[in-house]
Amino acid sequence: MTAELVRGQNHPLPRTRLEIRVSAGTPIVAGATLGDESGTVRGTEWVAHPGTPTLPGLEVSRQAAADHRLAVDLEALPQDVHRVNVLLALPPGTAGPARFAAVAAPFVAVTGLDGTEVASYTITGLDAESAVVALELYRRNGAWKVRAIGQGYAGGLADMLVDQGLPQARELAAVILDAVALGASRSVAAPPPRTSDEARVRTGAPGTGGSDGGPAAAAPEAAQQPLSDGGPIDYAHPRRKTTAPPPPPPTAPPAAPGEPPVPVAGDATGWSMEERLYNQVWGMFEDLARTTASYRSAVDFADSRMEQELDRALADPRSRIGSTGDRAREEASARREQLVDRAREAFDRDLAQLTAESEVVEPALPPAYARWDNPVWHGYRVPMEIPMALRVGDLRLPERPELRIPMLVRLPLERGLWIDAGRSGSEAAAFMDAEQVKRLAVETAVALAARMLAVYPAHEFAVHVVDPAGAAAGAFAPLTRAGVLGEPPAAGAQGVAAVLARLTERVDLLQMAARAGAGADALPPGMDTAEQLLIVNDFPHGFDDRAVNQLRYLADEGPSVGVHLLMVADREDASAYGPVLQPLWRSLLRLTPVPDDHLADPWVGHAWTYEPPLVPAGSAILGQVLGQVADARRAWPR
Amino acid sequence: MTVNMTKGQAISLEKQGGGTLTSVRMGLGWQAAPRRGLFGSRTREIDLDASAVLFADKQPVDVVFFRHLVSDDGSVRHTGDNLVGGAGQGGDDESILVDLQRVPVHIDQIVFTVNSFTGQTFQEVQNAFCRIVDETNGQELARYTLDGGGQYTAQIMAKVHRAGAGWQMTAIGNPSNGRTFQDLMPAILPHL
Repeated sequence: MTAELVRGQNHPLPRTRLEIRVSAGTPIVAGATLGDESGTVRGTEWVAHPGTPTLPGLEVSRQAAADHRLAVDLEALPQDVHRVNVLLALPPGTAGPARFAAVAAPFVAVTGLDGTEVASYTITGLDAESAVVALELYRRNGAWKVRAIGQGYAGGLADMLVDQGLPQARELAAVILDAVALGASRSVAAPPPRTSDEARVRTGAPGTGGSDGGPAAAAPEAAQQPLSDGGPIDYAHPRRKTTAPPPPPPTAPPAAPGEPPVPVAGDATGWSMEERLYNQVWGMFEDLARTTASYRSAVDFADSRMEQELDRALADPRSRIGSTGDRAREEASARREQLVDRAREAFDRDLAQLTAESEVVEPALPPAYARWDNPVWHGYRVPMEIPMALRVGDLRLPERPELRIPMLVRLPLERGLWIDAGRSGSEAAAFMDAEQVKRLAVETAVALAARMLAVYPAHEFAVHVVDPAGAAAGAFAPLTRAGVLGEPPAAGAQGVAAVLARLTERVDLLQMAARAGAGADALPPGMDTAEQLLIVNDFPHGFDDRAVNQLRYLADEGPSVGVHLLMVADREDASAYGPVLQPLWRSLLRLTPVPDDHLADPWVGHAWTYEPPLVPAGSAILGQVLGQVADARRAWPR
Repeated sequence: MTVNMTKGQAISLEKQGGGTLTSVRMGLGWQAAPRRGLFGSRTREIDLDASAVLFADKQPVDVVFFRHLVSDDGSVRHTGDNLVGGAGQGGDDESILVDLQRVPVHIDQIVFTVNSFTGQTFQEVQNAFCRIVDETNGQELARYTLDGGGQYTAQIMAKVHRAGAGWQMTAIGNPSNGRTFQDLMPAILPHL
């Protein structure tokens, strides 16, 4: 029977292997600290947090989430541990609330492994606190008990850890928040609502969007519109020009009875083929995530059931000798095999369907969604309209590595990209030498920049390169050779300062215009309206404090006015700056130059292996495509 | 053909024409009882919540409710929390969709519950019902009426469980008390 605890109340724990479930309305960080007899946390190795999620006998989640399950095995804890404090904190620096008063009262329950609730506690009465000790599990006369604490700290995690006597409290709090931020930059943002007005108008019905230069020309204004204040409110959508119904989607031929329907490319909702394919790809992503979750949970369940059955068989002294025990063991593993086989069967059925879908969808993708080896790139023409989204790589899961889902991000980019040139971040990179990883990172950046240049109409996208030491001149050659850069890569501290100053001024101007409610015509003549991408190689080489501040400003303010950042950097190189740069890394989407499983999906949070969109070896496609972009710029007047 | 189910009655979810059901929906609809008293504008809103608890070997492994709208495997989906009811005027205010073919193989029972989150008893709601619908053709398979129910705030409605290769539904209709499904767990366990 569940005990509903009130603050200060305690309750005995009948078991030592427990789960602690936390649910809050918003993403929170959950962790646990171990304390000795006097309640002191002896060191950072006694704290389980998203950066160090597992300790002996204790496991917490890696990232902030609205629901958590913490696993505790009290018997596996070190002998001198007498207390376990379960703590919750709101991650600062995110869009979420900064104090517990603004969120629903968090609910914490201690349950057995079979889900039966032992005790629960709803933490009420919190106000300005941003961190709270929810529960305490403690050893009393050899038995464990749980006590509801609910002690909040307005000073956040750092104050809480100081209070628990941890010597390195502040440093550890910074490490934890850093790990949470990394968790955030590891996650793929949920797709935007599927039938938002923006999506419909952006891609409009064919033939109606391109009359005045298309939605592309209007894009820079888009960010300014909502900011204008004063004057009568115009309820008309600024760019809506069409109410014509979309052409009907392709329909799948009726399936033969008893067989799954034959997949068709574009079999999703949307106002254009492009939007349908976008929605279909996201649908495949979600289906693969969920069907894999289903398979994994079934296998996990089969494993844990077998273990329980074996435990039970062993606990019975009669079965320890003789054939009874053997038979019980055989039965348990047979039951496991049977369930896993059935799970595998259902999983294979779903995978076959998704693979078949992928086989028809991939060839149908437009260049912006296609891999470099897709033949569609050979027929590439400079487009007239900005596409909805861009493929920035592939995502796959270890269960079926050959099934690759395009990772599509919406254009214009909502946040900058960071190509991690460090070796410490991923397993595959750890085996390579540093130079090789750096070179691959620049190649990835070039491939991404080339894709963006190619999918934007001519004159709608400008790329700037900062390469202070000139270290990657070879890798940037495809861009420089084709002549698609406005100016050669900026070198030296002076070059860095000049490029940053120009882009900062641009952001300032556009923001001023936006605040004044002025349109694009209020900008100085000769200023191009293109989106800007700044590629920064070798950060922080060649950057002084002023330049670093400008870069942070660009990362924060740039995306809303069409100035984007593509950093190629090793976080360790910039470690001398300390926590000053954390908001920068946090605001960027981390990509890796080698396949690495660091991206989480927005539904179940699997670790997806990201594969960068590198050009196949020996392929000349990049040069061809960039050559066409350069030709189009020359041929068409601005 | 709608079956007005009685307690403990089990129906197989096989279609008349052979073949089992692939997708069912649990729909919940209600209206607040008219308020007695002087201040009519002080509305007495009633928030009923539908939840589905997924069990494997009598252990709860996943729950779909207003805070977790889609089960991790995607087979069970809640269409969203309705805080006041009456929106459908006889239609469903909250629905939970179950794609029976996609339910993970280890899940063998799914229990549907209804809770009064705002704490009113079922005496105070009007026209409250819960029904199970075949999602493929919209046919109502079973219906329960909740009102006139007496002094309790929750009901364990029904369970859908595996039977052979297909699924079967058993009406439970057991009244209970609790704010969310978590409070109902001890009451659910005997019905598994």
